[in-house]
Amino acid sequence: MSETNSSTPDTTARPPMDNSGGGQPSVPLLALRGISKNFGPVQALQRVDLDIPAGQVTALVGDNGAGKSTLIKAIAGIYAPSSGTMMWNGQEVHPHTPRDAAALGIATVYQDLALCDNIDIVGNMFLGFEDTSAGALDEISMELKTVQTLKDLQVSTVKSVRQLVGSLSGGQRQAIAVARAVMRDARLVIMDEPTAALGVTQTANVLNLIKTLSSRGISVLVISHNLNDVFAVADRIAVMYLGNLVSNGPISKYDPSSTVELITTGASERVEPHPLHSFA
Amino acid sequence: MTTDTISDTPSTTSWLDALRKLLRQDSGLIPVLVALVLLVVYFEIRSSVFLQAANIANLFTQAAVYVLLAMAETWLLLLGEIDLSLGWASTGAGMLAGIYTNVQYGWPWPVAFLLGIVAAVIVAAVSGFLTVKFKVASFIVTLGMQLIVQGLVIYELDKVFQGGGVPVQNAVLRNLIAGDLTPTWSWIFVIAVVVGLSALAFVRRAKRKAAGLTAPALWKLVLRVVVIAAVGLFLGYIFSVNRGSFIAVTGVPFAVPIVFALVGLYSFILGRTKFGRYMYAIGGNAEAARRAGIPVDRYRIYAFMLGGFTAAIAGLMLISQLGGIASSSTDSTIVLYAVAGAVIGGVSLFGGRGRMVGAVLGGVILAVIKNGLTLIQLSGPAQYIVTGVVLIAAVLVDVVGRRSQQLAK
Ligand SMILES: Nc1ncnc2c1ncn2[C@@H]1O[C@H](COP(=O)(O)OP(=O)(O)O)[C@@H](O)[C@H]1O
Ligand SMILES: [Mg+2]
Repeated sequence: MSETNSSTPDTTARPPMDNSGGGQPSVPLLALRGISKNFGPVQALQRVDLDIPAGQVTALVGDNGAGKSTLIKAIAGIYAPSSGTMMWNGQEVHPHTPRDAAALGIATVYQDLALCDNIDIVGNMFLGFEDTSAGALDEISMELKTVQTLKDLQVSTVKSVRQLVGSLSGGQRQAIAVARAVMRDARLVIMDEPTAALGVTQTANVLNLIKTLSSRGISVLVISHNLNDVFAVADRIAVMYLGNLVSNGPISKYDPSSTVELITTGASERVEPHPLHSFA
Repeated sequence: MTTDTISDTPSTTSWLDALRKLLRQDSGLIPVLVALVLLVVYFEIRSSVFLQAANIANLFTQAAVYVLLAMAETWLLLLGEIDLSLGWASTGAGMLAGIYTNVQYGWPWPVAFLLGIVAAVIVAAVSGFLTVKFKVASFIVTLGMQLIVQGLVIYELDKVFQGGGVPVQNAVLRNLIAGDLTPTWSWIFVIAVVVGLSALAFVRRAKRKAAGLTAPALWKLVLRVVVIAAVGLFLGYIFSVNRGSFIAVTGVPFAVPIVFALVGLYSFILGRTKFGRYMYAIGGNAEAARRAGIPVDRYRIYAFMLGGFTAAIAGLMLISQLGGIASSSTDSTIVLYAVAGAVIGGVSLFGGRGRMVGAVLGGVILAVIKNGLTLIQLSGPAQYIVTGVVLIAAVLVDVVGRRSQQLAK
């Protein structure tokens, strides 16, 4: 049931978000083919096909239990899929651990944010990959790179990169986790409900950050329950329903009500099989 | 965008905020330094003997065992673990060194010392292995290990040398506590430490400036150097005064440079190497450390082993101080002083927060309490009570610090 055609003429009222480089056919950054995952009798993912193009923001939406978290964990190397293949830049890959995935350039920013509160921003940015000189930590080099990366990502809310991460707000922590991924040369940043616990200002900051990432050519796969956020930043939408990927394509083909219909029923007359119909 | 920092921290009473902020930042040494100064001032007022050369030298040698045990436990507390067998492992290491340097065996002292150290490290490694492999609380594993080691040590002490215990017969072992650097070497040691610490601070500042990074204000650095130099010169003077009654005794006891060397090494490892960074990371958020690719279980076992190693050094000091060990002179409570010293020194029971220097100060506070109360004829029961009060105060500081850290999110 998946829909991967991105050259459908845009007929919605929304202006197209043309980050796809003119829409010429090219190898997607990440291509999932027939990914299934079962936990014993529970079929959490059923033959999921999904293309994630480079430099675009893909929103993964779906009701609770639809399989969104399971899908990103399969991509991130946390769960091995029961079957199916994963192509990275056209090459088949099998990341078995988060570190394998990170080595490919797939970074996941988890809901619970894998940062150490008791370590400062610089230390967290480099955790596990510290710069050293003569056996000792090269704090100066790490601090300079941290400052530069935060500047590149236009993260301007932290007062000092030497403050402990425990003293940061939720939005700032998110920004640090993302910056950490970017510094590791991530090509795809995956975020599971990044704005779920955030206030208005911090949410805006995170959405800005997502846009900055895609403007720097980094793909973003973001799970969100907030359709306002989705329509504010996403270039593409992928909808999951009971373990199936029921629809995906450029955001221009969707509007909030058709998306809600897809999320709740798994199908929408208005998007498929007649995606030309428009709702403003 | 810049409103972010303001928007989500609820502003309550400002002094409470200030206190939370203070505790949240790693200012763990300030409370312990204040406590130490208060205790020293109090005892000096109550007893004019307290700050005299003989007593200070005595205090330092008394502190060596507490300090080393607190440092040993710090390795574990930093990772959110605990090793209750360190007290007996320490006694056992001292005992082994004593037995095999005894004239009856006559091993070279390095071999005998090494045997004690290796035994303690193996015991700790087994505890660590069981803790990570079977995911049991280290509290329980090491409680069991403590009983096992206690049994072995007492069995051995009652059997060896016809049950009379282990006297210290080797000069090196005895001199760990009883021996002193010559006055010249004492001054060289004091000056080297003061100059070294100051130079390090200035070089670090200069490097940061050169890289265009913010550097601590010069006056803060100068103040620190002045304080370090003042303390150094005071101690240098104290140790150069004759404190013997019949024969002249001067100089820094050997235990002091040994402890300094270990503190310097450990502080470097914890503060300036990947290894130390990973210790803090595991103590702060083991899951985050694992996701960052750190072999968490392996580092946990390393922490146990470093604890065992340090406890063994403490054990060498212990037997040296006591002049020998018999089963009647063993003490099951010393491990509690290890934990208390570390916690008083600002090492968090919850893992991830604390420094080796803190453990040193915590150990010194324990020694000051014991020594000072003895001087004002309040030893025994009073020592327990005062130590207990200080420990509870330290734990409260720890808990409040942790809570304010969580509130920040
Ligand atoms: N570790 C697991 N063991 C067993 N079942 C799981 C596990 N993780 C997820 N599931 C099941 O898989 C389905 C999809 O879950 P999840 O991916 O978390 O959904 P979502 O993130 O979309 O809310 C649910 O039915 C859930 O109960
Ligand atoms: Mg989920």
